[in-house]
Parts: sequence; C-alpha cells; structure tokens
Amino acid sequence: MENSMSTQTPIDKQAGDLERWASIIGGGAMVLTGLQQRSLKGILTAVAGGGLVYQGTQGKSTVKQVEDAVGLDHAIRVEKTVTINRSAADLYSFWRNLSQLPTFMRHLKSVQVIDDRRSHWVANAPMGQDIEWDAVIVNDEPNRLIAWTSTDDAPVENSGFVRFQPSAGDRGTEVKVVMEYQPPGGMLGTMIAKLFGEEPEQQIGDELSRFKQLMEAGEIATTEGQPKGA
Amino acid sequence: MKAVCWHGSQDVRVDTVPDPKILNPHDAILKVTSTAICGSDLHLYDGYIPTMKSGDILGHEFMGEVVETGPEVTNLKKGDRVVVPFTISCGNCFFCNRDLWSLCDNTNPNAWMSEKLYGHSPAGLFGYSHLLGGYAGGQAEYVRVPFANVGPLKVPDGLTDEQVLFLTDIFPTGYMAAENCDIQPGEVVAVWGCGPVGQFAIRSAMMLGAERVIAIDRLPERLALAAAAGAEIINYEEMDAGIALKEMTGGLGPDCCIDAVGMEAHGTGAMALYDTVMQAVRMETGRAMVLRQAIVACRKGGKISVPGVYGGFIDKMPMGAFVNKALTMRSGQTHVHKYLRPLLERIQQGDIDPSFLITHKLPLEEAPRAYKIFRDKEEDCIKVVLKPFETASSLPAAVAT
Ligand SMILES: NC(=O)c1ccc[n+]([C@@H]2O[C@H](COP(=O)([O-])OP(=O)(O)OC[C@H]3O[C@@H](n4cnc5c(N)ncnc54)[C@H](O)[C@@H]3O)[C@@H](O)[C@H]2O)c1
Ligand SMILES: [Zn+2]
Ligand SMILES: [Zn+2]
Repeated sequence: MENSMSTQTPIDKQAGDLERWASIIGGGAMVLTGLQQRSLKGILTAVAGGGLVYQGTQGKSTVKQVEDAVGLDHAIRVEKTVTINRSAADLYSFWRNLSQLPTFMRHLKSVQVIDDRRSHWVANAPMGQDIEWDAVIVNDEPNRLIAWTSTDDAPVENSGFVRFQPSAGDRGTEVKVVMEYQPPGGMLGTMIAKLFGEEPEQQIGDELSRFKQLMEAGEIATTEGQPKGA
Repeated sequence: MKAVCWHGSQDVRVDTVPDPKILNPHDAILKVTSTAICGSDLHLYDGYIPTMKSGDILGHEFMGEVVETGPEVTNLKKGDRVVVPFTISCGNCFFCNRDLWSLCDNTNPNAWMSEKLYGHSPAGLFGYSHLLGGYAGGQAEYVRVPFANVGPLKVPDGLTDEQVLFLTDIFPTGYMAAENCDIQPGEVVAVWGCGPVGQFAIRSAMMLGAERVIAIDRLPERLALAAAAGAEIINYEEMDAGIALKEMTGGLGPDCCIDAVGMEAHGTGAMALYDTVMQAVRMETGRAMVLRQAIVACRKGGKISVPGVYGGFIDKMPMGAFVNKALTMRSGQTHVHKYLRPLLERIQQGDIDPSFLITHKLPLEEAPRAYKIFRDKEEDCIKVVLKPFETASSLPAAVAT
C-alpha cells in the first residue's frame, strides 16, 4: 500500500482521473472493465466528494481511506444492464423509495429509510437468520443515478450504483447496476455466499428482470403455487 | 383435477393434481373444454427438450370457459368462452409493442436458463419446459392463464370448439410460416412435413398467393390431405425429394422452402444414420435433414422459413450453400397474438374450416394412448383433440378423415 496512487498522484492528475471516472460511470462502456484494480467504493465516494480520498461521515483512518481508494483483490463485482420501457423519472422514483426494493429483490426482507441519506437493510440468510446493515447514499442525482455504500460496521461491505439512462431510439431507459462486495471469511462468509447466490451476476440479473417485469407488465411472472403431478 | 403430466421420456400419465389458483393480479382460470396434442409435445414426449421435470403438466393448445379472474383482469368475465395463445405475452414490452409476441421480455420466470442457452430469453410458453417458463399446461380440466387481458380471445357462439381451437397455435404457425416466405406472384412453395403445421402452411401459402405448393412427407393419409388442398405431392420414401423438387421446378428449385418438420426429422441414407447416432448420444439435439435438404433444394436467392422446432444444436449445417446461394432464413415460435383476429375472420368468412384436421376426439384419460398413436402415426392419426369433460361414450370412437 505504500506506493498507493491516491497519496502520490499530483492534484491535476487526480482531477483528470476523477473526470475520467465520472464519464465512465455516466457513459456507455462496461464500467467494471474500466475499473480494473480500483475499488468501486473508492471511486463512487471520490466522484461524489470531489477527491480520491474518502470524505464520508464515518471518520476513517488514513489506511482505511487508502484501501477504499485502491481496492482489494478479493472483492466480488457485478455489472448488469437491462432496458426498461418506462421513463428514467418513473424508474428512479420507484427505486429511490428504497423501502420498495424488497418487492423485486428476493433476498431482502426489508429496507427501512432512516433519513434522506441513511437506510437500514435486513436480508434473509439461510437457516432462518438475518443479516442487517446500514447504508449511506453517497450520490443522488434525481432521475439519473443513485450510489450507495454500506457503513463501516456492516457485516458485508458493499457499495454500488444504479444508473438510469434514456436509451437510443425510443426504447425506454437503460438501467445499469454495478455492485461490489467484500465477503468476509468463516461461517458468515459461507452464509453470504449463499445469500448472493453462487452466481452473483445471475442474481442481480434476476432482480433486474423482476424490476423490469414490475415496471412494464405490472406484475412479476411466477409459477410458484401452481399444480403439478406427484 | 385431472391433468396430463410428463414423467419422463415416453411416459405421460393422467394424474390427479390440485386445482390451479390465481397467483398474480392479471391471471384468469379457465375450465378447459378442448385441448390438442401438438407435434411440439412430441419433442417433450421423446425427451429432446431439456429442463422438463417429472410431474409437469403438458399442453399448450387449449380453450375453454373463464371461471375466475384476478383483480386486474378487465377484458374477461366469468362465463366467457376463449381461445388462448400458446405464447404468454405481457403486452407492454419492446417486443409485444412490435408484434413480436413470442419474444416477450416479461413472462419467463426462468429467463436465466434460456439466457445461458440462447443469449436471451423468449416468452414463457404453456406446458413447454422450465427453460421456457415452467408454466403448467392446458391438457387438464382447469388451467391458469397469466396476462389474461392480453392473450385470450373471445370466440363467437356460432363457431364450434373444433373450428377455433387451432387458433391457439398450429393455424397461426402455418400461416406465419407462409408469411415468412414473403410469397410473390408466380412463386413455388415447397413444404416439408404434412403434419398439422404443414397442412396449415400449405393452405396459408395458397391464401397468400403461391402459384404452386409442393408438399413432402411419407405418410399416405397426410399426403392425401395435402393433395386435397391442391398441393402437388412428393413421397420422400419413393424418390429423392431434392431431385424431385428440382425436376418439378424446371431446374430452378422452389422459391420458398418451409421446414414444417423440425428436430425429429426422419430420413434415409448415411446422413440420417449420422443424425440418429449423434442425437442418441446427445452430441446434437436435432436431426436436421429437412433443413439441410431445404437449403440445398432452394432456388438461388430464395427463402427458407422454419416453423419446425429446434431446441439446441444441429450438425452439418450447409452454410456454404446458404451463403453462396444468397438465401434468407426466417423462423420463430409463432407470434400467435398477432394472428388471432385476422385468422378468426378467415374462419368466419369460410375461407378455411380448421376442423378438417381432426382424426381423433378422446377423453382426457386417454392421453397416454393418444400421445403414442400420434407419435407413431398409427390409426392414420393426424390431430388429436382431448375433451376433459367428456367420456368415451359421449364421443364418437374416431373421426374419419
Ligand atoms: N414455431 C412454432 O411456433 C411451432 C408451433 C407448433 C409446432 N411447431 C413445430 O412444427 C413441427 C411440426 O409439427 P406437427 O404438429 O405438424 O408435427 P407432426 O409430427 O404431426 O408432423 C411432422 C411431419 O413431418 C414428417 N416428416 C418427418 N421427416 C420428414 C422428412 N425427412 N421429410 C418430409 N417430411 C418429414 C412426418 O412424417 C410428419 O408427418 C414440429 O417441429 C413442431 O414442434 C412449431
Ligand atoms: Zn403446438
Ligand atoms: Zn411483452
């Protein structure tokens, strides 16, 4: 960590970096490809706060800030995009009302909004246990982007953003979710792995399709509870 | 209720299962008055479509009476008599808005499975594997119909079940197959397979202005039915269909070629043996002799239309012929919703009476035997209609062609 970029980059290069990140997050290319070794959390908080050093409310140590900025290798990252035949404003306002997220995010039990920025999340975990954490919205651009990170005491560190971008040719809105999380080791780690599924891409993909179904078709397609032969 | 359930390759049974319930606000429950067995069901019966589970209720061609509606169903009420498209569509997505109903984005709860295999997921289908939604089918006394505002079409009282039942699939399928040929005046259309889909493709090609239709099969009763519609016929067991087609079209080849057979084509010769072996060991999932023959027989610059179903991969695709002869190919599960009203009008106007196809009307209990005779083309079987609420004594033993 000694030669971390965030502490050694000259101010002007840092500003250029930030612009680049802002354009990657807002652009049409794969976000994760551009991210490479950097952490999403670091980038999101940097873009939101205007500096590559995390300016969050938690008052972190310098070492922690640097870790956030340069990223850790074992983070799990997912990026998934779906086009939904509704306006960015409709989609943003449904999503921004965080307490509605469990309607299409199956692993969530509840999201309780604490204030404009903070919320409390409860997820179902295997064996009847729950996992809870607090999250902070670090960037909120109405009808365009919501970025969040978990607070320091979260059992699973996670951050991400959802972006709503009008798509070319009258096809509605491209909704992109980019997420990063750090599964802890031990029992908890195993539980988390189960929680997010063996294939996190698929899990986020399924959640996005259910969001799309709800917003386009007014219900989530299901066969649960239908008859079958013995 | 009683329902026809899949239990494995060549093992379908009539089981007693719970009645279906409304699960979503746009659902309706139908009491099934008539339901048919389709060539597509045979691919399930023979175990060539992956992701079937023991106990799955079969059937995607059905009609009946509405007995219950969900809170957001506004177009239907109890007692309405409806036909239901085999494709389930939401009516609001990019694809539904463009009349591409079988590609609906929002009706397959298992979309991830198809995305793995196909890159994207098509619409959910009734009774057609978990890959395509895992919906319980309509070869049952009752069935749950999702998106009931969008799919079901009310049918006029004057028409019998037998006249309108095939609007659910095979009539639109044959029609779309012909439409996909973009038939121009003077053109010759060749149709492989004189099963139900082929029969409707033949008649639709004529309605859409084909100058000549040439039908290919090996079963005399099916060839006779094609000839009765005005098609010229080729029995591929008596002659090489490829050579015959070239001879019959002045050396040009047919302008349009329709593969109404799909992945379980029969054949003779080395390639057929190759396909049978490869399919048996699951190295390929389809025996593509018809598709290959169609590509080679088609005239230069001609059109290939594929209503026949393929589920996975095929071998020895003559891509060289396809490219160097500058062919066009179109396919798809049928966009049934698009065709329901126009084809109902055709029936009402008397342009066609789809009931010509039915050779067997049987009670639901006889489904296991019905699958077998339809698959083995015994008893001159061409199309079976099952009647969940009728008994053997109330039905004629067999309907003569
Ligand atoms: N695209 C769709 O939406 C859709 C809808 C319904 C059915 N289908 C498909 O259409 C196909 C036909 O369905 P069907 O109900 O008519 O089935 P079917 O089994 O009754 O008919 C198939 C016919 O093809 C004939 N045949 C077999 N090998 C042949 C060959 N080498 N050359 C010429 N004819 C040959 C058989 O003798 C039979 O008469 C199936 O693959 C079915 O899955 C597709
Ligand atoms: Zn069918
Ligand atoms: Zn749709």
